[in-house]
Amino acid sequence: MATSAAAAVGNPNSAAAFRVTPPLRAGSLRVVAGGSLAQRRGVAAAAMQPAKAVAAEASPEVAENGAAVSGLPRPDAFGRFGKFGGKYVPETLMHALTELEAAFHALAGDEDFQKELDGILKDYVGRETPLYFAERLTEHYKRADGTGPLIYLKREDLNHTGAHKINNAVAQVLLAKRLGKERIIAETGAGQHGVATATVCARFGLGCIIYMGAQDMERQALNVFRMRLLGAEVRAVHSGTATLKDATSEAIRDWVTNVENTHYILGSVAGPHPYPMMVREFHKVIGKETRRQAMEKWGGKPDVLVACVGGGSNAMGLFHEFVDDQDIRIIGVEAAGHGVDTDKHAATLTKGEVGVLHGSLSYVLQDDDGQVIEPHSISAGLDYPGVGPEHSFLKDIGRAEYDSVTDQEALDAFKRVSRLEGIIPALETSHALAYLEKLCPTLPDGVRVVVNCSGRGDKDVHTASKFLQL
Amino acid sequence: MAFALKASSATASASASASSFSVGRRAAAAGAGRVSFRGGLAAAPMVAVRAEAASVGEDERVISGTFAKLKEEGKKAFIPFITAGDPDLATTAKALKILDACGSDLIELGVPYSDPLADGPVIQVHHEASAIVNMASATRALAKGTTFEDVISMVKEVIPELSCPVALFTYYNPILKRGIANFMTVVKDAGVHGLVVPDVPLEETDVLRSEAAKNNLELVLLTTPTTPTERMEKITKASEGFVYLVSTVGVTGARANVSGKVQSLLQDIKQVTDKAVAVGFGISTPEQVKQIAGWGADGVIIGSAMVRQLGEAASPEEGLKKLEELAKSLKAALP
Repeated sequence: MATSAAAAVGNPNSAAAFRVTPPLRAGSLRVVAGGSLAQRRGVAAAAMQPAKAVAAEASPEVAENGAAVSGLPRPDAFGRFGKFGGKYVPETLMHALTELEAAFHALAGDEDFQKELDGILKDYVGRETPLYFAERLTEHYKRADGTGPLIYLKREDLNHTGAHKINNAVAQVLLAKRLGKERIIAETGAGQHGVATATVCARFGLGCIIYMGAQDMERQALNVFRMRLLGAEVRAVHSGTATLKDATSEAIRDWVTNVENTHYILGSVAGPHPYPMMVREFHKVIGKETRRQAMEKWGGKPDVLVACVGGGSNAMGLFHEFVDDQDIRIIGVEAAGHGVDTDKHAATLTKGEVGVLHGSLSYVLQDDDGQVIEPHSISAGLDYPGVGPEHSFLKDIGRAEYDSVTDQEALDAFKRVSRLEGIIPALETSHALAYLEKLCPTLPDGVRVVVNCSGRGDKDVHTASKFLQL
Repeated sequence: MAFALKASSATASASASASSFSVGRRAAAAGAGRVSFRGGLAAAPMVAVRAEAASVGEDERVISGTFAKLKEEGKKAFIPFITAGDPDLATTAKALKILDACGSDLIELGVPYSDPLADGPVIQVHHEASAIVNMASATRALAKGTTFEDVISMVKEVIPELSCPVALFTYYNPILKRGIANFMTVVKDAGVHGLVVPDVPLEETDVLRSEAAKNNLELVLLTTPTTPTERMEKITKASEGFVYLVSTVGVTGARANVSGKVQSLLQDIKQVTDKAVAVGFGISTPEQVKQIAGWGADGVIIGSAMVRQLGEAASPEEGLKKLEELAKSLKAALP
């Protein structure tokens, strides 16, 4: 029973799942009606399993790794996910990071804080967000014989400010208040995290400074205006490549300088510990709701999770809840820009090497000299040469798969989903949606795919209008 | 503020790594007879390293030896910082010689990096200017660029002509990229004596220090105004060469005034170690240098002010001249 489910979704660690997962709830993961289990397993194994799944079947070590995921700390006491993560920052920040971690742990167990946060998430952010069955997108991926996967969208785009980013921003601003910090700084790429931060600062009456690459400010002029309208000061960063990487460096420099009265609301699962863990924890509500909603809708779990990965916060928010469910296939989609074999992409996990950027050890796009390379993506939010350390960990142990789609494929998905579902997705999200083109033809009938619809695309219409002929 | 109390549990992990570094005074004393560098230093009382490090050549621990000698003579160290390749490596080579001739006791040489988190605008711009040229050289095969190899070959040529030791200031990623052991060998072969790595905190320094020790490179650690006292003690124990006291909460760059807090920080550090302490970040004028020396610092590090002389001059020649003037005036302000 268990074996069929794992094989059917093509989980590369299905071998591990066969050996270690406890018996599954009967029927909960049966993905196809009709056809014998033996038949289905055979088809699935042949059609869907990536090459490394074959290796997994033969290699006990991988099985142990897979089994060990639940046992491995994510992260350990020093903020390590395996070898990734840690704290590589100037000494000036070390105490603030320690203080922040202590505050985070204290608040995690503080009922008043949790109550306040839950209330704001419900009444101000608008949670929970729907798990929406994308009927026409599902129809689009049906094969000639009428079979195909079922596509669901986790509608983070329906959150206040139009993306998942506010889950983290609202929680961190509450945390900053508890720490007694009166000044908030943040970096932003696409502007979604900047808008979310400016929003919560307005709501809680805190001073707000947003660092944004000069190039991104041009690409995301609408979001710059939104942030200013909300009372934030947007500081243009001209150094380096004038994108998210440099905005992050500048925000860290500000924090080094003003650490005593300032809280830095880092917007991704990147940066030094405790940020990767803390930001994930503030976004894990995405996965938790998804599990509950899946149970309500079809009495089971999703079979495949798909999310775009820049730094990786929306992806970790969805994945975290399911990392220990070995029968669920987890896929992160990076930005391939003009193609991963060109010098214009942001596919860090696909093409990067292990290094240190912005305070943590992770995969990094870098040259032979260890200098960080300028990434490229049409989507400002994915235009980042690093990636959250937990993604590097999940990749290395084989628990999650990472692939990439190009600017053009993302633009095609941007248009496709707008027309098929009446949902204009963010260009970041469009990368995850574009991956369905590669994924869906390989999936058996009835497999349930949940795509994290991480943000709305209104901010991107200006950029897209330069490329799309309508 | 209540949360600050919880912080101590997380810093506790640091104690394990720091505890292995006992102050090897006996080892240092035993090795004193072998010390023979730079004008026949008689003893190296300040050297506080592990016995195993001492066994591979106490006499090559040049930076701590330099501070020991200065202390004996009642002098303070003048430590200028410049960025390699700014505006070009030929000028850097000349600048190193000029700084040496002006009486520098140690020169800190910055390796250009694309994302220098600890640096303010002056040094940052010079890192990035070099880095952009560098990237261009890698991706578009432009002839002019400051690669790490270029820096190393320049250093290899120049260091034998200097009478003062050189410490490299480099961010961690370029070290990781080359492999820590390999990096240390290359740097040692080039004649470098010590390392400052501003984005590697105490807890992560074990492997760096042991690889550095194999090559007799001293790994200098930084302590800052935000470092809690208990942690500062661990840092001073583990630091080699000298203890680098960051004078301000912030990145590098000249400030109008040096915080009075430096005085009390110096006192705190002096209470827990007899290692030399040099103060850096934000210092630019002879008056500030004098003030900090008066507070008991064993050395003063001047970065952005130096870098600016070279970077803002109309020509490399003019820049070198201004650099020389500044170096002389700062050196003259020190006992």
